[in-house]
Amino acid sequence: MIKLSRKNLVIPYALFLALFVVAPLLVILYLSFTDSNGAFTFGNFAKFFGDPTYITTFLYSLAIAVLTTLLCLLLAYPVAYILARSKWNKKMILVLLFVMPMWINFVLRIAALRELLNLLGLVGQSTGFLKTVIGMVYDFLPFMILPLYTTLIKMDKSVLEAASDLGANNRQVFFKAVVPLSLPGIVSGITMVFMPSMTCYVVSDVLSERTFEVLGNLIERNYMDNWNFASAIAIVLLVIIGIVMLFTYRFEDHDVNARGGGLW
Amino acid sequence: MSEKIIEIKGVSRLYGTTVAVDNIDLYIRKGEFLTLLGPSGCGKTTTLRMIAGFELPSSGQILLNGQDITHLPPYLRPVNTVFQRYALFPHLNVYDNVAFGLKLKKVRVVEEDDRGNRYERFVRLTRDEIDEKVERALMMVDLEEFEGRDVTTLSGGQQQRVAIARAIVNEPEILLLDEPLGALDLKMRKEMQLELKAMHDKLGITFIYVTHDQEEALTMSDTIVVMKDGTIQQIGTPKDIYNEPANAFVADFIGESNIFSGTMVDKFKVRFAGANFACVDDFAKNEKVDVVIRPEDIYVVEEGKGAVDGRVVSSVFKGVHYEMVVMVGKNEFTVQDTQEFAVGRTGSLIVKPEDIHIMKKEFEENVYDGMITKRNTVRFAEGEFECDLTQLMPGSRLDEEGYLIDAEGKKYDLTDVPVKVTVGLKDIEIIDNETDGQAAGQIVSIIYKGDHYQVIIRTPEEEEDFVCDTEYTWNEFDRVSVKISPEHIKMRLTGEVEPL
Repeated sequence: MIKLSRKNLVIPYALFLALFVVAPLLVILYLSFTDSNGAFTFGNFAKFFGDPTYITTFLYSLAIAVLTTLLCLLLAYPVAYILARSKWNKKMILVLLFVMPMWINFVLRIAALRELLNLLGLVGQSTGFLKTVIGMVYDFLPFMILPLYTTLIKMDKSVLEAASDLGANNRQVFFKAVVPLSLPGIVSGITMVFMPSMTCYVVSDVLSERTFEVLGNLIERNYMDNWNFASAIAIVLLVIIGIVMLFTYRFEDHDVNARGGGLW
Repeated sequence: MSEKIIEIKGVSRLYGTTVAVDNIDLYIRKGEFLTLLGPSGCGKTTTLRMIAGFELPSSGQILLNGQDITHLPPYLRPVNTVFQRYALFPHLNVYDNVAFGLKLKKVRVVEEDDRGNRYERFVRLTRDEIDEKVERALMMVDLEEFEGRDVTTLSGGQQQRVAIARAIVNEPEILLLDEPLGALDLKMRKEMQLELKAMHDKLGITFIYVTHDQEEALTMSDTIVVMKDGTIQQIGTPKDIYNEPANAFVADFIGESNIFSGTMVDKFKVRFAGANFACVDDFAKNEKVDVVIRPEDIYVVEEGKGAVDGRVVSSVFKGVHYEMVVMVGKNEFTVQDTQEFAVGRTGSLIVKPEDIHIMKKEFEENVYDGMITKRNTVRFAEGEFECDLTQLMPGSRLDEEGYLIDAEGKKYDLTDVPVKVTVGLKDIEIIDNETDGQAAGQIVSIIYKGDHYQVIIRTPEEEEDFVCDTEYTWNEFDRVSVKISPEHIKMRLTGEVEPL
């Protein structure tokens, strides 16, 4: 009989990870480097990088994700800052109001947004990019607000007082103390927004009524008849996200997570 | 040590309706080490924060070198603060923490161009200047090897040193310290006290220090400001504060003391604990006073040879001296003497006249030690008074047999339970007859207080006093009695009572 020691408790998780994370990853990696007959090839990647339409789609996706993340950060920071600093004791209600849309079905929400944007006159093929960005920002804003809010509300106010005491005016306190101290929240927020906005294709599908394609669409279109090509695109996406995450983590020094605020 | 660097004029600070600082006036001289001392909630930290600029006074004025800085934001004030829990920047290393203020600083330089036009501009410090200043500040706190260290990896004491270096590197005119040693262990604290004191001497700038630790205040300060409930109780040198406390609160807060209620019986003669003592303070005859005596100023000698005899009830060896508790009647004297008197022995107490500190007592109410009788009345000051026992426990009531039932239904027999009784000055009725009232005594003093007389009636045996405000005039030495209606007798339990 297996003894129920602390060491053995890891077994179910290890099995889960092996079965649902490592194995599928290996399968995708294998598929991306083989053709339909199972022979090793770089062809899938060559096909992707050799075709300007694919590259355009890829660049559009990247641009959407970067723009969405930036807009979310710019919109969410002031909101989170004001909420965290306000002495109003019912501020949780406001936080809730910003987060509440997340509780409503995603597809329904996007469909409603489509009607709203149509009503505002945003119709036609040329508006696909703009509408996708609007939709993504609308959707992912709460994921940016929450980690920022938790970091800012936990921030030691005496540190900010110390900055002001040492000669920093309000602007300098903000940029030299508040922003660096909220970096864990910023990194979490960027991670939470960038990753889904790089891969999500429902937003662009619904809002542009399938006239505008992102990388997700490309995978969706291909995985039925060309597993190998779809896998290759997925690997490209994975590498890109990996690079961006590495880049953001560089900002975060090793002990920051110990202070809390980071959701990752 | 003459110029006033800070002047606080009539400053109050309110939070909603609570008053944190209540109309204080204070000035601080250039170069002095001033300590704001008091228990938590006395307004000392709020006062410091108003000097730093983190809080604005609700009313009043703060002057720095004669200029009004009441509403100046913190970053424009030439003061720096060492915070209670250091408040270091966790994202910066030791060097950058210390250099934080220097990097923001702009200094005025006057330059002359080729045509001889002089103009001034503000320039930031150069890298080398900053390096040099940071190095010097870190040297001052013995942390020169730690420049590159992450502040989160430092011990409490080291973090404290970084916080001090970060403040002094800016060469402030005033250094504010908000209980900076509170988080350190005792040994470290003692060490830092001496270091701070040495640093003050070396830097020559003004230190304003906040603490609730009286020993810390006595060790380091040039001037101590004792605060309580948002008001200043006393300002003085450590010696003054210790030797001549202004009132019973200060005496109690600074060091150990025996505090008794006494009465002036003659010029330079005070009566307390059932005996007359010679003293050096002159108060009006029959004035009620607080008498404060430090334990080390009382000597125990052979029975009958001192001013008053008492029985030693406890004795603890404290190293240099014995700390003994001597009971004189109902009064407890704490005595520190190098000579031990064994527990149970009767000795006699001697106090030098100059060691008896007498403070005027502001009478607000009469306070007595009383005892509940089996008839559910209360006995104090040689009298028995009807009273409302249910006030001793919230939500309680009396049952038919006279037992007290509390809110949870528990039953108590209060017979012989000690209580603290307070009676307002206006709530005592004087009766012109020795036998008609509830307690009898002799009028020992009548003072006219503008719109009423304050009459003191003393009981014959226990020498308890009834202080009464009355609009009628009475004659001194008259024998009278007093009556107090039950609703005016306020009582609280002095100890725990077990349910039946």
